[in-house]
Amino acid sequence: MSDHIATDLLPSATPVRYLAEDGTTVDGPAGYTLPSVEELRDAHRRMVVGRRFDAQSTALTKQGRLAVYPSSRGQEACQIAAAMVLREDDWLFPTYRDSMAMVSRGMDPVEVLTLLRGDAHCGYDPNAARVAPQCTPLSTQTLHATGLAYALRRNGTDSAVLALIGDGATSEGDFHEALNFAAVFEAPVVFLVQNNKYAISVPLDKQSAAPSLAYKGVGYGVRSEQVDGNDPVAMLAVLHKAFEHARAGAPFLIEAHTYRIEAHTNADDATRYRDSAEVDRWLDADPLARLEKHLRGIGALTDEDVAEAQAEGERLAADLRSRMNADPHLDPMALFDHVYARPTTQLVEQRDLLATELKAQEG
Amino acid sequence: MAATTMAQALNRALRDAMTADERVLVFGEDVGQLGGVFRITDGLTRDFGEQRCFDTPLAESGIVGFALGMAMGGYKPVVEMQFDAFAYPAFEQITSHVAKMRNRTRGHLSVPMVIRVPYAGGIGGVEHHCDSSEAYYVHTPGLKVVSPATVNDAYTLLREAIDDPDPVIFMEPKKLYWSKEDIELRHVDEPLGHAAIRRHGKDATLIAYGPSVPVALQAAAAAAEEGIELEVIDLRSLVPFDDDTVMRSVRRTGRCVVVQEASGFAGFGAEIVARIQERCFHSLAAPVIRVSGFDIPYPPPMLEHSHLPSVDRVLDAVDRLQFTDEPDHRYLTGAHS
Repeated sequence: MSDHIATDLLPSATPVRYLAEDGTTVDGPAGYTLPSVEELRDAHRRMVVGRRFDAQSTALTKQGRLAVYPSSRGQEACQIAAAMVLREDDWLFPTYRDSMAMVSRGMDPVEVLTLLRGDAHCGYDPNAARVAPQCTPLSTQTLHATGLAYALRRNGTDSAVLALIGDGATSEGDFHEALNFAAVFEAPVVFLVQNNKYAISVPLDKQSAAPSLAYKGVGYGVRSEQVDGNDPVAMLAVLHKAFEHARAGAPFLIEAHTYRIEAHTNADDATRYRDSAEVDRWLDADPLARLEKHLRGIGALTDEDVAEAQAEGERLAADLRSRMNADPHLDPMALFDHVYARPTTQLVEQRDLLATELKAQEG
Repeated sequence: MAATTMAQALNRALRDAMTADERVLVFGEDVGQLGGVFRITDGLTRDFGEQRCFDTPLAESGIVGFALGMAMGGYKPVVEMQFDAFAYPAFEQITSHVAKMRNRTRGHLSVPMVIRVPYAGGIGGVEHHCDSSEAYYVHTPGLKVVSPATVNDAYTLLREAIDDPDPVIFMEPKKLYWSKEDIELRHVDEPLGHAAIRRHGKDATLIAYGPSVPVALQAAAAAAEEGIELEVIDLRSLVPFDDDTVMRSVRRTGRCVVVQEASGFAGFGAEIVARIQERCFHSLAAPVIRVSGFDIPYPPPMLEHSHLPSVDRVLDAVDRLQFTDEPDHRYLTGAHS
């Protein structure tokens, strides 16, 4: 009996993969429904646009327009698949590195970048976007995702929740409590670990001795899978299956093996802890190039298609540039808004103090 | 009418809130079949079903983070932390997320929830069962922090906390769980943030909250026998803080002692004293004095009586207010010294 349960929960021995690095198909595991060619063409377009958005955001940091930007270049297959499997009524719980997924979900890039620009902690209405605030502490939002998933199920919907985290976050206690709660309460939540091999500078082998981060689900009774995170076909196939399980009340944990091509953020010097040969190896495993080769190989992608996707990316980047070049209008008095539903008398006094200071500065 | 204990009043508050609003859910560790280690949730699972009152895995951060997600989904969780010091694993969730969600999202998300923390000592509990942890919470903008001292307040403040649109840390003084009052519980429909004057007096003001209120009242009764009329203010709500009631009283009496069970250094009492000296300096006839627990880790149960502020320690502080305008005062005769 216990053998049976463990077998059901265990991830495959090697990461699920359907595309080789040269774009040719390989025999992946049975039991997964592979995405259609149309879905893959959509994924390709989104990945091109997403990469352009990421490059533009990195450039905005260098121009001082963003306080910080954690790039997700190299993780496009994870980011885009995350956005594509979500229905409009599903919820996304992103981290600071998941801006690409949010933009691909259809959110305004400027609203997505507000946190990183530094003018507000969350630049959008989470209820309208069905996207939680981008989380900076690690793994804390996996519990919120689990609680909300349980609430959605109790509300009688079949909406589900996707929580994104990185490899380092699997060491945090909240990650383990979230897996446990999700399994006990049968919450429709999928945890997607983007294992990009480093938590800032700490490599995976100093982070975990588990054979796969997906093994961490087994002890909690959570079905788990590991997947080639640079294979868009595999990412979509595994995420779709995970959401089927989640909607049926069985949470799911995915470890996606990928790589962070850029440094942790612009403030990080990645050459201090990894060598360029390693980065070069991962550049060869690029998810966007892999999908493009595959689609061209099967005659499903033309030069015109690629040019069109690139043009869409350029339009987004140009729009982002011009809108981010304008200084945001900030009202210091807004500091006192939304601390409580109704401000305390102490906050009213402090608000008056600031108003007086501001008036004196004007005069 | 049978006397009601504070524990029963809290139970009634949960029942009445659950009856009034089906979004109110009670969960935490041991709150289901057992009814909580202090029986505050007694019978709720039986009467409302496991969907409304349920046990969770033993993980405080999990309980609070899960509750936050449920609040995002439209529910009003009332969670129990079982004991003060056991709530610390949930501290990050409380301070980084529960307290800030309204502000982070500029009002788009609010997480109305109540985190019940049985706190403070005087019950002979062993290590990690008797912390006065209120200062950690009052220092965090976005949280409301309340502590009842009477049976009726236990009922009405918990109802108000559950109705409140913001997250509330509800500090329950464990040693008062079994205190009784022969009263009919009533729901006062007013927002949190009002202090209560428990005893009127003109000579000095005693400010207390939670477990220290009965101590202050006993001290006032003892002082009255010696002709000193002490006013006793029960704060009830630490955040929001009722400046108005406190300042009006101190301006009238000109003297003040703040009593708290928690360690004194950088405690909530220090905030009260600072506010009073900023606002009432010219009305003060004596320095404002704090009476608190010592600045030590909570002691073993057989020694806690030496740590906790006693009636005598409060009266000694009252003596130090130097009622020099009253020539026959016992301070001059050496009583209580």
